[in-house]
Amino acid sequence: MQNMLKYITKRLAQTVLVLFVVAMIVFILTNYIGDPVSAMLTEEATYETIQELREELGLNDPLPVQFFNFLKDAIRGDFGNSYIYKQPVLQLIAERMPATLELVTITALLTLIIAIPLGVFAGAFPKSRISKLIMTGSILGISLPTFWIGMMLIYIFSVQYGVLPASGRGSTVNVLGLELSIFAKGGWRYLVMPSITLSLAYIATILRLTRTGIRENMKQDYIKFARAKGVSSKNVLFHHALKNALIPVVTVFGINIGKMFAFTTITETIFAWPGMGKLLIDAIYRSDRPIIVAYLMITSVMFVGINFVVDIIYTIIDPRIELR
Amino acid sequence: MQEKLLEVKNLRTYFHTFKGVVKAVDGISFSLGKGEILGIVGESGSGKSVTCFSILKLIEEPGKVQADEIWFQGKDITAASEKEMTKIRGKDISMVFQDPMTSLNPLYTIGKQIEEMLILHEPQMDKDQRKKRCIELLNAVGIPNAEQQLKAYPHQFSGGMRQRVVIAIALAANPKLIIADEPTTALDVTIQAQILKLMKKLVQERQASLILITHDLAVVSEMVDRVIVMYCGKIVEQGPVDKIINEPSHPYTIGLLDSIPRLRKEQDRLDFIPGMVPNMYDLPSGCLFAPRCKGCKDVCRNREPEMKTVGSNHSAACHFPRIDY
Repeated sequence: MQNMLKYITKRLAQTVLVLFVVAMIVFILTNYIGDPVSAMLTEEATYETIQELREELGLNDPLPVQFFNFLKDAIRGDFGNSYIYKQPVLQLIAERMPATLELVTITALLTLIIAIPLGVFAGAFPKSRISKLIMTGSILGISLPTFWIGMMLIYIFSVQYGVLPASGRGSTVNVLGLELSIFAKGGWRYLVMPSITLSLAYIATILRLTRTGIRENMKQDYIKFARAKGVSSKNVLFHHALKNALIPVVTVFGINIGKMFAFTTITETIFAWPGMGKLLIDAIYRSDRPIIVAYLMITSVMFVGINFVVDIIYTIIDPRIELR
Repeated sequence: MQEKLLEVKNLRTYFHTFKGVVKAVDGISFSLGKGEILGIVGESGSGKSVTCFSILKLIEEPGKVQADEIWFQGKDITAASEKEMTKIRGKDISMVFQDPMTSLNPLYTIGKQIEEMLILHEPQMDKDQRKKRCIELLNAVGIPNAEQQLKAYPHQFSGGMRQRVVIAIALAANPKLIIADEPTTALDVTIQAQILKLMKKLVQERQASLILITHDLAVVSEMVDRVIVMYCGKIVEQGPVDKIINEPSHPYTIGLLDSIPRLRKEQDRLDFIPGMVPNMYDLPSGCLFAPRCKGCKDVCRNREPEMKTVGSNHSAACHFPRIDY
């Protein structure tokens, strides 16, 4: 228990450091990607109007001063207003977060449900024709770019056959304070293509990793010993080999969930999914720094959080690992 | 003659690999009495372990097991299905492996791994009975604080302790036969004797039979009733332990015994068997040991020797066995 407390404190300290560094990098970089003022005003704006606006936004201060002011407010939980939407950025992000969370959750579940059984099968029967098909398919999954798959799905299922909606989220229902579309009537139809698009690459990675793990573990002595104990081949596979094979899968899956959040930007853009990723892309186009900073800090917190959960799961699966 | 527990006739295990066929075990026959301890001796790659895995049908692809007959407890298990075999494995015939560091699953507690055996083979037991039995077993193999240790994981144990756990697992379902595949090779010398004595005691208490696979003749002389000497997948000599140790017949056995250092004998150099074990892909014709044999004659290179009786219950596969003791 004490170990746990020490570990959590350490993790929190790391998080603060990570957030500080992320904020600093974003500040320096956004300074170069463009001037938000040009996106906010019309082309005929006079020099005076521009200067007035710059002064109002604090853009005329030297960069370190701007950064310091931002930090001062951020500590109080105020990440400022969006230059474009003129609303508090946290509110903007919070409005869109459920859509992204929903998409990522469905994608993650889809990945697990498809990848692990297929990986176990391909690992247990490496010579079967189905395994070879699975492995070939997984290479496609890894190598085809997300945006291309998304566009192809739209072309086939929306344009050609018109069976699935090409964009948007449809109607949502409020579940425990989150606006979700999966529970709305027909809402799942909006989720099918985005989640498949997003999950393909991860399915392929997790599948291959599971397969390798199974194949490696099936050669171990303890598997042979379990067989000599009279354990049936099915139980040897699922009770003895799979648990050992899952250890690396947990790590990679944790990282992948982080990456899913990051890559929703592409998927959300293709399917006009109204999530955080789309908000970020729009913000980058218009140099809307407060949104970019807040978004990246939130994703950082998520990354740290996911890693934390992964570490905990680790200690549950593998008794040899301790929290440090 | 004591009652037979296991009788193997003409067992052949071939591995059909890309490079050719490896006859890991080639036509061996032997039997084992109830309560008997049999030692199988030979160099690495002589087919000792493959023989035992073949009996349990635990040979992986590309290996193929064939036999004329394998009788166990009066039943022919030559053609037993995988399902029948899972009932025999662990319940009637259990195994102790060479390396205790790898034969336990690192992710399950000691208790769980012993209990698994009971769940599989003693389904009538309830949870409390199983726990009681696990503690009994750990006590029997000499693990202190058995009750707390049930919750321990393999990595918290030393090699010797793990091998004790493995033995406890092997004994859990009261098998009729235990096959120990070099059970002390991976252990510290100081622990080896302890583990062997423990095994012998437990096996005798339970009136089980034991097949002890080893390359260590010293182990054999202390532990077993009867010895089989294997070379390149064939039995070259078999007989009672005192005959094999004191009056070996086959030149290979003689060579093995001469290569053991003797404490009470002045000796500048240790004797050894010249040459190497032949390539299993390309075995010599005639007697397999001929290229390394000091007494090799023409007939040895051309004709494979048959098993000949050289004494009571003692036989050797050699054209010129030594019988002049």
